[in-house]
Amino acid sequence: MIPYYACFETDLITNMSLSLDDVKKVARLAKLVMPDAELLAAHAQMINIFGLIEQMQAVDTRGIEPMAHAQDLGQRLREDVVSEGDKRELYQSIAPQVERGLYLVPQVIE
Amino acid sequence: MINASLKQLSSQLAAKKISSVELTQLYLDRINALNPALNAYITLNPEISLAQARAADVRLAQGKGVALTGIPFAQKDIFCAEGWRTTCGSKMLENFIAPYDAHVIAQFNNAGAVNLGKTNMDEFAMGSSNETSYFGPVKNPWNRNAVPGGSSGGTAAAVAARLCAAATGTDTGGSIRQPAALCGISGLKPTYGVVSRYGMIAFASSLDQAGPMARSAEDLALMLNVMAGFDERDSTSLQREKEDYARNLEQPLQGLRIGLPSEFFGEGLSSDVGKAVEAAIAKYKKLGATVVDISLPNSRLSIPVYYVLAPAEASSNLSRYDGVRYGHRAAEYTDLADMYEKSRTQGFGEEVKRRILIGTYVLSHGYYDAYYLQAQKIRRLIAQDFVEAYKQCDVIMGPTSPTTAFNLGEKGDDPVQMYLSDIYTIAVNLAGLPGMSIPCGFGANGMPVGLQIIGNYFDEARMLNVAHQYQLATDHHTRAPQQIAL
Repeated sequence: MIPYYACFETDLITNMSLSLDDVKKVARLAKLVMPDAELLAAHAQMINIFGLIEQMQAVDTRGIEPMAHAQDLGQRLREDVVSEGDKRELYQSIAPQVERGLYLVPQVIE
Repeated sequence: MINASLKQLSSQLAAKKISSVELTQLYLDRINALNPALNAYITLNPEISLAQARAADVRLAQGKGVALTGIPFAQKDIFCAEGWRTTCGSKMLENFIAPYDAHVIAQFNNAGAVNLGKTNMDEFAMGSSNETSYFGPVKNPWNRNAVPGGSSGGTAAAVAARLCAAATGTDTGGSIRQPAALCGISGLKPTYGVVSRYGMIAFASSLDQAGPMARSAEDLALMLNVMAGFDERDSTSLQREKEDYARNLEQPLQGLRIGLPSEFFGEGLSSDVGKAVEAAIAKYKKLGATVVDISLPNSRLSIPVYYVLAPAEASSNLSRYDGVRYGHRAAEYTDLADMYEKSRTQGFGEEVKRRILIGTYVLSHGYYDAYYLQAQKIRRLIAQDFVEAYKQCDVIMGPTSPTTAFNLGEKGDDPVQMYLSDIYTIAVNLAGLPGMSIPCGFGANGMPVGLQIIGNYFDEARMLNVAHQYQLATDHHTRAPQQIAL
């Protein structure tokens, strides 16, 4: 059987330079702390994935409108009126930590 | 009974030949016996299921039943269902009890359907094999060493193993069609905006769409009638006239023009899948259809485009999981930032983290134009290919997946290999078109092959007609795996 990735051009643009430091920085931005081994594995896999993604750069898209949504419809508007009842207790019943109607988090301001 | 169509079940229930409680208990017994081996369900709640069944029996006795009243369905664990644990296949939501119903769940409840349980899935719907689920992989009922596909793998396995009458799925890049193909069932992803996403846990919001998965096109039509419709709580829900998706089922196919994209039959398609699909096309010709060669030249770019757009949207959507209002919170932390980081790092699995990293990277300063914007532009080129194609044909057909079900663990550590199994399905999500998969035979290893039918925008009724006529003339969709008898 022919491997089906063969349907992709094999001369992938590989000038993509994603460094391990880039991955660490992005992880920090995304609020993820990963051990070095996991970061290294993610880095190697991301290089492969970006190898695939880099194919996009060869496409001439001058003059093409970006497509954000399938139907290209404008945002639907509604009257600015209250549509939901008070569900604070219900929603807070599944929170990790609440007190007197407030969500508790570690102290932020000394 | 387990092989009856929804229509047959409905008339049996109406005629009091069976009660909803009996039917529900029948499926619960099957689930108890078979689910430990298949792992198709994450959460069961027999008390709620049977209470719904009793209510349905009362409704039926009053003569107030509608199309799906009393019929037991399974729901993908991506839909919030009030009082039900709703995990999305993630440790992050392991103990999350949904405080409200998703629109889809409410629609089934209003119809008087029974919720049998929540089906297993890839974590946050990110996967094509169901192996990324925190709750363990699902086994394919046709061969328990094989994957069921993903991300709606639990639903596909549950339907194939007759552990429910039918079930729901969601499809962001192929997550209804590919598992339907790999498990030998029928599945439909509607036009983007036809089914409300309210209460459906978000992955990539511009692509996510819910749809039915069942044993026949006729069943899909009856389910879509319940699932579709405008919902003001989803800003992308479309305001359209209510339609009966079963209205065209019986129409003959004389004169139907089927477009065959050369890109879907080239290198990379395994020969047994190609043969089964070609046999299906030949059958369609016998049923009166004609075939047109078409081209979707930009579809080869759909995987790169998807793996920019979907992770970008996911990284944004998943930023809501911070351990503050719901979901996993780490047991120990030093300060707020540490709490965020530990909660997220512990709560998310490897694939989810990888996609968050990719998404964060492509959206970050200096890369936005090169990745996100470029991907959105190519997305339009991909969609325009379909617009051109539909000038020459009524539906497009091809394989759903390049191979039949692969083995658990087979794709190993290389995510790119896994991503490529969605090569024929992703373009449909990018364009926002409706797509479906129906069984069309078996591959060299005896595993099911799916035929993909892609329709023009809002052409679901015609696609269901096209699928139904094929199912009247063939019996692939009636085949069941051998190891599902009690």
